[in-house]
Amino acid sequence: MSDRVELVVNRVERRVPKLVNGREQVPFQGVGVYQPTGQKHGPPIRSCSDFPANGDKRVPDLKTALRECGLRDGMTISTHHHLRNGDAVAMQALNAAAELGAKDLLWFPSASFPCHEPVIDLMERGVVHHIEGSMNGPLGEYCSRGKMRGMGVLRSHGGRWQAIQDGEVHIDIAVIAAPTADPFGNADGAHGPSACGSLGFALADSIYADQVIVVTDNLVPFPCIPWQIQGNNVDYVVEVDSIGDPAKIVSGTTQITKSPDRLLIAEYVARFLRDTGIMRNGFSFQAGAGGIALAFVDFLKQQMREAGVKARFVRGGSTQYLVDLLKEGLIDYILDGQTFDLAGVASIATDPRHVGTSPFTSYNYHGKGNFASLVDAVVLGATEVDVNFNANVNTHSDGVLLHGIGGWQNCLFAGCTILALPAFRDRIPVLVDSVTTLTGPGELIDVIVTERGIAVNPRRTDLLDRLKGSDLPIRPVAEIKHEVERLMGGPPAKPHLTDKPVAVIKWVDGTVLDTVWQLQG
Amino acid sequence: MSPSPKQADPSRGEAGPSGDDVRSDLHVAVELTGSGGLEFDITSKVASLYGESLRGLAHSVLAALGVSHARVTIDDKGALPFTIAARVEAAALRAGVRSKGDARPERSVTRDAPSARRRLRRSRLYLPGSQPKLFINAGIHQPDGVILDLEDSVHPNDKDSARLLVRNALRALDFSGTERMVRINQLPLGLEDLKAVVPEGPDLILIPKVERADQVREVDERIRGVRAKDGDGHSIWLMPIIESALGVENAFAIASAAETVVALTIGLEDYTADLGVVKTSEGNESLYARTRLVNAARAAGIQAIDSVYGDVADVEGLLEWARRSRALGFEGMGCIHPRQIQPIHDAFAPTAQEIEKALKIVAAFNEAEAKGLGVVSLGSKMIDRPVVLRAQHLVEVARRSGLLPNADGTGGADAT
Repeated sequence: MSDRVELVVNRVERRVPKLVNGREQVPFQGVGVYQPTGQKHGPPIRSCSDFPANGDKRVPDLKTALRECGLRDGMTISTHHHLRNGDAVAMQALNAAAELGAKDLLWFPSASFPCHEPVIDLMERGVVHHIEGSMNGPLGEYCSRGKMRGMGVLRSHGGRWQAIQDGEVHIDIAVIAAPTADPFGNADGAHGPSACGSLGFALADSIYADQVIVVTDNLVPFPCIPWQIQGNNVDYVVEVDSIGDPAKIVSGTTQITKSPDRLLIAEYVARFLRDTGIMRNGFSFQAGAGGIALAFVDFLKQQMREAGVKARFVRGGSTQYLVDLLKEGLIDYILDGQTFDLAGVASIATDPRHVGTSPFTSYNYHGKGNFASLVDAVVLGATEVDVNFNANVNTHSDGVLLHGIGGWQNCLFAGCTILALPAFRDRIPVLVDSVTTLTGPGELIDVIVTERGIAVNPRRTDLLDRLKGSDLPIRPVAEIKHEVERLMGGPPAKPHLTDKPVAVIKWVDGTVLDTVWQLQG
Repeated sequence: MSPSPKQADPSRGEAGPSGDDVRSDLHVAVELTGSGGLEFDITSKVASLYGESLRGLAHSVLAALGVSHARVTIDDKGALPFTIAARVEAAALRAGVRSKGDARPERSVTRDAPSARRRLRRSRLYLPGSQPKLFINAGIHQPDGVILDLEDSVHPNDKDSARLLVRNALRALDFSGTERMVRINQLPLGLEDLKAVVPEGPDLILIPKVERADQVREVDERIRGVRAKDGDGHSIWLMPIIESALGVENAFAIASAAETVVALTIGLEDYTADLGVVKTSEGNESLYARTRLVNAARAAGIQAIDSVYGDVADVEGLLEWARRSRALGFEGMGCIHPRQIQPIHDAFAPTAQEIEKALKIVAAFNEAEAKGLGVVSLGSKMIDRPVVLRAQHLVEVARRSGLLPNADGTGGADAT
């Protein structure tokens, strides 16, 4: 990457590069403004005559599969993150590519985890050129220090589907870890010793990649029932001893927060849904697997029981807590994007009301609608949020890239978007004047719930009206921020950043929302 | 600077916790040196955000204490300024600095009015004086009061540091408008505590292990002494804690020992130990002491406040205890965790029937007042003044508990 990068100022006053990894970019134009044109991207047409008539697509190992795929320098290799921090397949695939002598690869994961730290070594050795995908922990730090040769590109789950579908990212080889698969390549995530639940994040890869390799440690004779990945899209099947560490793929149980402050936040969120009337018969919601979100679900459950209210559907990240709601009959369906604990995996495998979804159905912005916008209320977190309700989930206040976007941006289109977060963490203010990195425009964020009060976006006069008579602590966001600043001993110093972009934050429509800058020193 | 011969046992002091699980706190080591000015070695979790501010604050505290040559090592885990100032001061004093300088941080909270004598005291949340991270958000859980504890929850070796933390906290944190109480140590150590905290204007002082009235009077006089030269004129209330058989025997004398005593409470761990019995969740072993305490408090015209319920996870047990406690005549109890506050408020809330009756009495009283009548009557019954007072108090408790809309729309005013 050359040191000189031409920058433009986008619609929300953020400086963004015109070119990213040699590709021309469209700066963010505002929510819902950019109009895509053209046809969707497509993989090459293939013929059954090129595949074994008996459907057995097995090859001995990943190296053979990659060689058969015609692995070359500069190719794009994708993996998915349903195995989370237990994933062994991404490293197996990239290491196999390294052994075959490949250089300058673009690794395109749906997300990365600390278990993928060895990719740093592959980048140092020139095997991997750069990463387009979430970069957590050490990878984020590596990128922030400007050590990656290419620019990082962070996309939401929906944005990743959009980028693949629109041809913005062309996947040469998709490597799909599958907890269960048959020799034809049909694959499922809910069964097998390394079960992870849904395989939705790998679906786009299976449809749009030039070549698809399914890797499994639980090969069953045809047919693999059910299948979420269709073998008709798959080129090769590889059997390995283990695709990952089950203990790190899903947690035994997801833990509710014990912090009284966070419990208070969760309680406020639940009461907010009740007092605004969003919690009513047939409503829908989404909450993640963080401590506050889980506690929120628990408080909401009590309220739903008391009020005799049922939800039509809930969007997962599924956990024990959602499964309990389903079993108790308080919700009709779980539409699940990923499965966080054993109870979730068991439920999706056995209960027809617990349905796996994909970023296409849930999140893709370049489609004819998506489920996330049908949800009445979503509860999300953030590392920072500012007085204009803009939020940051990618960098910390010191400017270091530490988190991916996940489905966060896509969820902002819910009927009521709620950020549930502490107003500060130790001496790190969460409520600030202006976010370090912009991941979500404030016009889409309706409510900020903190332990020190609830701020409603002044645009949502309807919500404010419905809260009249509620005894919830509704306060102006600037007032809460001011209180936090006084506690902290003044506003924080600005992070020391250079003018060199190291990554971009994509909006859900593929335009560039903001830039992550290299740290000084 | 040329290397100087190593000093024999340089004066060194340390304060604050260290370790990976420390949060919102810091460890400070101050080593007094004869020359070389102030040298700082600072590691901070928030270096990029508040590194400069941290260093500046440490510098100004040491300057105020007259320390001009020292090596200062700080390991900060995101402590707030009031904590930083207290830990630096404690480390310096432990290093042998004998300054009379004022190293208190700037006062950022002021209270317009003192707390009312007969305010609601349903819940008071204990905060160990050596754990500043628990102070910061204590008020948002809306207990009626917080207790900054310098006594049993603070290790004997850490009393000096905790005292400075509590003093600074009273200057820096508003605790969301709750009543700010400090539990001092037993005298004579408690006198040091009073010297440090009384000028900061806490609302109430809890005196532990009180057995005789003169112990209360001594504290009261000390407070008056400090207030006379360093106070804003308003009273600091006292709540003696009775924790022994002798204390129970002297309960009335203790309750009426000073004009500033507003409530009497009991510490059951020490009391049951004194009796040589086991403390149970039914509390039969302390029934005599608790009813005697209620009677003494009532006889002296003050509030009786119950002990704490020790099992944080057992909400049902807590509710049951609190309901029984209210039935005995107590007006509140202690909390050892924020999640105990709401159940206690629920249990001490008046019933619908009680509220209805009280409203009628208050209305009859208001009507009599308006008409200039000396006698209040409801139907054919004459209502005595204490009944009116109790009814007014009950209505106010009901309002504060959210069971009645506010009369004036302001909400939360204390019953006086």
